[in-house]
Amino acid sequence: MLEVRDLVAGYGGVPVLRGVSLDVTAGEVVAVLGANGVGKTTLNRCLSGLIRPGAGSIRFEGVELVGQDAADIVAAGLIHVPEGRRIFPNMSVLENLELGSYRRARPRRAANLARVFSIFPRLAERKRQFAGTLSGGEQQMLAIGRGLMAEPRLLIMDEPSLGLSPLLVEEMFTLIARIAAEGLAVMLVEQNVVQSLDLAGRAYVLENGAVAMSGPAEALRRDPTLMTTYLGL
Amino acid sequence: MLPLDIFLSAMANGLMMGAVYALVALGLTLVYGVLHIINFAHGATLTAAMYAVYVAHAMLGVDPYLALPGLAAIFFALGYLVQRWVIGPASHGDDSNILLVTLGLSIIMENALLAGFRSDTRSIDVPYGFSVVEVGNLFLSTPKLVAFAGSFVVAALLWLLLARTDTGRAIRAVAKEKTGAALVGVRVEHIYAVTFGLGAACLAVAACLLMPTFLVNPRIGNAFVLVAFTIVVLGGMGSIPGALIGGLFVGVVESLSGLYLGESLGQIGIFLIFILVLLARPTGLFGARA
Ligand SMILES: Nc1ncnc2c1ncn2[C@@H]1O[C@H](COP(=O)(O)OP(=O)(O)OP(=O)(O)O)[C@@H](O)[C@H]1O
Ligand SMILES: [Mg+2]
Repeated sequence: MLEVRDLVAGYGGVPVLRGVSLDVTAGEVVAVLGANGVGKTTLNRCLSGLIRPGAGSIRFEGVELVGQDAADIVAAGLIHVPEGRRIFPNMSVLENLELGSYRRARPRRAANLARVFSIFPRLAERKRQFAGTLSGGEQQMLAIGRGLMAEPRLLIMDEPSLGLSPLLVEEMFTLIARIAAEGLAVMLVEQNVVQSLDLAGRAYVLENGAVAMSGPAEALRRDPTLMTTYLGL
Repeated sequence: MLPLDIFLSAMANGLMMGAVYALVALGLTLVYGVLHIINFAHGATLTAAMYAVYVAHAMLGVDPYLALPGLAAIFFALGYLVQRWVIGPASHGDDSNILLVTLGLSIIMENALLAGFRSDTRSIDVPYGFSVVEVGNLFLSTPKLVAFAGSFVVAALLWLLLARTDTGRAIRAVAKEKTGAALVGVRVEHIYAVTFGLGAACLAVAACLLMPTFLVNPRIGNAFVLVAFTIVVLGGMGSIPGALIGGLFVGVVESLSGLYLGESLGQIGIFLIFILVLLARPTGLFGARA
């Protein structure tokens, strides 16, 4: 479904990714792990067309994404729930969700809205509230809900548990598991290594701008070198 | 006339003028709210629109009101193109560059108009230019009433667009969260251009509503935009209701201070109130708290 090959990217000549290759196949949950600043968010930005990689290729369902703009990538069904949520603070919860289907799945907006509200009843209770006044956890739910409104074929989530209390982190992982159980392919970027590996089928660990380890989540969880690599020691 | 009638008639005139001010301010505040820049070419664009009405009438014999839909569409398209292919690319994503580009545009436009029409003041003659409607003891100018109603209709349409359509939602989304908007598939450059086009279209409408009672010269737009700018700041930068209510308010203040202080001091009232409001509420009447 997603094939990333030798991806090189950076900011103003400073390289961050120096040749990343990874795959996500239909229906699987893939975790991408790595120390702070290793370039996980940069990778996601390349995938969703927010920045242009210096070299390499990104194929999504057989189509090259490098060079396409963000709107076309959304239209293709690669949906990115970004780090920091990026919801529209000046608009209601309902309007945020409606905009989720701006480019894709527009004819099924009402049905998808009902579905998102059934997954996140909290959002239904607060649909008239301005998104900027939601709690951090609610904002994260909104960001994911907005992503689901586009009927993603692949959902990329960048640190969905960031800033949440342990209880909410638990809840968030349960929800992601539930979404994934419906057959949606998910690429999960996380700091919560243990929980991510519990959820994912496979995982990649980035270090120094490239994939340092990869394999079944089960195996990585038991690998003693994971923590040292992950912590960048 | 009783003094009360004089007062009421000044009020009515102020409201009617204020509605057109509001329209000019609406375009300014919309562009500010979304692109976060003061569009320095706003005044020159209004002037250009007024000349367009003049030319349509003087050379083609088209009535300003009939020209309105067409001119609004043309100015929307021009605004769209200029933002998409001149201002946008020239700004390199830097807000202060956009500011300078619009300043440059306004200088070019003003001088082009000056070269084309010289500095003469021109006006058009329409059969209904001096017709009045009698309301109680008041005689209200028909074209000014039309301007009043027309401004409200356009403001209402604009509000509907922003509140009820996906394009409007995208405009509001881009105003506060560009990255989030891009990630739901909004083409940010397109939305910028649409916003700019809407600002220009507001000016075309204002020009059509103004010309039956107003004159045009190459600098006329600036007088309006100075007032519109005070309205935008007064109403709260980027606020649509602020622009509307601020516009009406400023129109009335100008008219009443003209009545009591004399015609030449009419605008002093505006700036006095402007200073007083900003002392009390630095973000304007409808502005978001910082
Ligand atoms: N817009 C930017 N301009 C310049 N450098 C940037 C920019 N964004 C990120 N970087 C740099 O690129 C590197 C990778 O950042 P990135 O956000 O991809 O890391 P990350 O793996 O997502 O980290 P975290 O786990 O903290 O979210 C960092 O060194 C960061 O400082
Ligand atoms: Mg990150």
